[in-house]
Amino acid sequence: MLNSLTLLMALPIIGSIVVALLPKTKETLAKQVALITTLIVAGATIAMAVNFQRDNVDLQFVEKYSWIPTFGINFAVGIDGLALVLILMSTVLAPIVVLAGWNEAHGGRWSVKVFYILILVLETMMIGVFAATDVFLFYVIFEAMLIPVYFLIGGYGTGQRSAAAVKFLIYSLFGGLLMLASIIGLYVMSGAQGGHTFDLQALSQLEMSSTTQNFLFLGFFIAFAIKAPLWPLHTWLPDAADSATPGTSVLLLGVLDKVGTFGMIRYCLTLFPDASKTFTPMILVLSVISIVYGAFLAIGQRDLKRLIAFTSISHFGFITMGIFAMTSQGQSGATLYMFNHGFSTAALFLVGGWMISRRGSSTIADFGGLQRVTPVMAWSFFLAGMSSLALPGMSSFVSEFLVLVGTFTRYPVHAVIATFGIVLAALYILIPVQKALHGPTTAGNENLSDLNLREKIAIAPVIAIIIALGFYPSPLLKVINPASAHVIAQMGFTDPAPTNGDK
Amino acid sequence: MEFTTPVLNYTLLSPILILLGAALISVLVEAFVSKALRPITQLSITLGALVLALVQVWRIRNEQSLTAAMGSVIIDGPAVLMQASILIISIISVFLIADTEHFTALAASLPGSDEERQAVQSGNQVTEVYPLTLFAVSGMLLFPISSDLITLFVALEMLSLPLYLMAGLSRRRRLASQESALKYFLLGAFSSAFFLFGAAFLYGYSASVTFAGIRDAVVGSGGNDVFLLIGISFLSVGLLFKVGAVPFHAWSPDVYQGSPTPVTAFMAAATKVAAFGAMLRIYYTSFANAQWSWTPMLTVIAIVTMVFGSLVAIAQRDVKRMLAYSSIAHAGFLLTGVIALNKAGLEASIFYLFAYGIATVGGFAIVTLVRDAAGEVTDLNRWKGLGKRSPWVATAFAGFLLSFAGIPLTSGFIGKFSIFSAAYESGAKSVVIAGVLSSAIAAFFYIRVIVLMFFTDPVEDGTSVEIPSALTSLSVIFAMIVTIALGVFPAPVLNLISDLATFIR
Repeated sequence: MLNSLTLLMALPIIGSIVVALLPKTKETLAKQVALITTLIVAGATIAMAVNFQRDNVDLQFVEKYSWIPTFGINFAVGIDGLALVLILMSTVLAPIVVLAGWNEAHGGRWSVKVFYILILVLETMMIGVFAATDVFLFYVIFEAMLIPVYFLIGGYGTGQRSAAAVKFLIYSLFGGLLMLASIIGLYVMSGAQGGHTFDLQALSQLEMSSTTQNFLFLGFFIAFAIKAPLWPLHTWLPDAADSATPGTSVLLLGVLDKVGTFGMIRYCLTLFPDASKTFTPMILVLSVISIVYGAFLAIGQRDLKRLIAFTSISHFGFITMGIFAMTSQGQSGATLYMFNHGFSTAALFLVGGWMISRRGSSTIADFGGLQRVTPVMAWSFFLAGMSSLALPGMSSFVSEFLVLVGTFTRYPVHAVIATFGIVLAALYILIPVQKALHGPTTAGNENLSDLNLREKIAIAPVIAIIIALGFYPSPLLKVINPASAHVIAQMGFTDPAPTNGDK
Repeated sequence: MEFTTPVLNYTLLSPILILLGAALISVLVEAFVSKALRPITQLSITLGALVLALVQVWRIRNEQSLTAAMGSVIIDGPAVLMQASILIISIISVFLIADTEHFTALAASLPGSDEERQAVQSGNQVTEVYPLTLFAVSGMLLFPISSDLITLFVALEMLSLPLYLMAGLSRRRRLASQESALKYFLLGAFSSAFFLFGAAFLYGYSASVTFAGIRDAVVGSGGNDVFLLIGISFLSVGLLFKVGAVPFHAWSPDVYQGSPTPVTAFMAAATKVAAFGAMLRIYYTSFANAQWSWTPMLTVIAIVTMVFGSLVAIAQRDVKRMLAYSSIAHAGFLLTGVIALNKAGLEASIFYLFAYGIATVGGFAIVTLVRDAAGEVTDLNRWKGLGKRSPWVATAFAGFLLSFAGIPLTSGFIGKFSIFSAAYESGAKSVVIAGVLSSAIAAFFYIRVIVLMFFTDPVEDGTSVEIPSALTSLSVIFAMIVTIALGVFPAPVLNLISDLATFIR
């Protein structure tokens, strides 16, 4: 009973209904209901993770109900190690976002209630998008989740919020529609080969010519590359991150963008193994460009939120490179990277958001000497930054290292160039850290208040996870490794033998 | 010469007969009932007849007959589905028509004349729109079940003539309304002429006016192929005009804008079902074996229609014109169902027509609510901030727009998915790709309206949202429920369609 993905998906919806029924004036109650709901969901997910059989590479907690039998569509869910890790990340981040952004709904166009309804509906969809094993169901959630995000950015953001929301929506819809064409192609082909179905397992057995496979692959890949986002399809991200509230940004960059990289593994690699191999060289080049380009632009940013957005573009380059390196270390590294990036971005955005709301400005140059005025906030930002630049001892170091090792065994040149990304990361993090935290306290910063108890409670688990997984990543890797090895084996790859130094 | 007594199957024809009977009564009511009782009497007769006809259609849903009216109509599953769709759409459109505020008090008077002023002052509202609606609906019911070209033509005129008049009935901006009626009439007359010309050539080709006879000639391929080609193309012009496909679309933005909004809703939704119903029947039965000669033409028209409709809609500043261009784009999507030429295509088209029709009536119902002192406000700039002023109305409109855009969990998405997959299955991949890309373009202008309503601050210029009458709310709520239900749980309707949707010949 407790191990039901459907139930897990239903919980936030129930919470949102409760919030909707509350009177408009009870804002605090709405927040409390949202917090409790997300905490219950997080607890239920952790319980599921405990019951998850780590060495079993089959889908677990499988549920299947007929939805639209005319088209062979099922409401089918099930998770493997990869999906579990991402669902875990999403549901753990949700209560943190709610708690950290306790007051961020107040500047919105609509009531506080609507904000939490949108967040809770979004949480259901975040679980569903990772758990779906029916391609149609996946697509429906993939598209439908744009709507709450669109309203979250456009309704509660700052600055050019409606333009940013529209840009985000149009980009994503465009990619989604390309994917729809590919899904229709798969559906029609399955009809010709033994009956219409959207079952992921059945679709991966389809026979198709290499031209068809290439076209269908591109439909999926472009949609995911927009989501992820990969250079040159990334231009919506900085605007969206700039306008959204910190909490929304965490969900957007931390969770929603992962749907792109998750989709690359789950859909591109599984459904179109041959086409994936064909396009690997191109995708790796794009990834490397993303890593370096994102890093350079991050260095040049004067605005804190845009800086974080560009660091993410660089990080997504790493993830994509790990996925398409086609080695099991690369895969595992990429999956772990997705998890870790979720938390380090959350830390950056949340602490950055508090800094910005206290100072009333998001320009980095407006800060200075925060370490003296607000030591806790400054240290939190520092730790978040160290995690973002993948300092050893922080969780991202493990994943970045795995990705580079996994890539190097097959594509040494790409790995070497990508390594420069680490050097650049040191620049784009250390420069703002130095400007904002150290040095003399600049005018206007003298009276900033430090983190309050609520904020400390919100950020503590994030930092704890970052450091704990930096020293001891094996609980997660034990879940991820079998799943990654399974994907690589299905693709027909074996890891290249390590080259001996003395040859 | 021998005279055969005509044998009619009254049960199968009853939906049409009920409506025609009611229309005649309604004309008498207009003449003899006192003006105080007239609106309510007319409304009751119209709604009663439509509901009764719908009940009759439901009762004959499993019947099949080629001989219901001496071989000139066919009753089969698709016929029943089309008729039911038309009737449901008509019922919720009549809810909107019931608001006499939209219609001129005395259509026969000159705009701005003393006569007109007198009629308005004395509250002497004529209600000829009801019999006209009933006549139009009966023509629409006949159109998709006709089984020969003569009946088809009669039905075409029967549905068109009342619509021409209805387009000119607007109370506000009467000159524009009359202009649109005249435009619709003239262009419609042209297209009828093309239609007849094509019918004549088809007769020349096959020596028959019945669909079955034409089919036999096409299968036997004994006739003159040039005649067949000319026949198909000119007949298509007539039909494509009715559905508003490019390049025969020019009337639709003006007519949509000029007509009273309830009429626009009715016309946009119900006419499309009827016209596509007839088109599907004739292409799927008579012309199916001459596929090579018309699919390339229709493919080009479909692609041009959806791309053109979506692109031009972006530039519109008037909500009714925008919806007109969006309906042109939808005509392009619907044509892919005709091109598909398989059972999946037929089922998808029927579903799409129903879903689109309902959402269209819902959308126009919202348009009737946004008003200022001088009547409806259709300028999109004045829709700014609607979400702030009347969140529910704006939310409902956003829902219909999302359905038009084909966002998942709305009926529009299931429709789009099923129609594109049918076309892909038949090998028409180019149409599918064009369809997907123009959906992306179309999404842009639908979303822009949502931005206007929700993310822009209201302007203070006297625009306000009317408190909807009970009937209007009913029609919006019904449309909204259908749009969501068909998006989330379409299985029952899809099953019903797939059980019934087979043409008999």
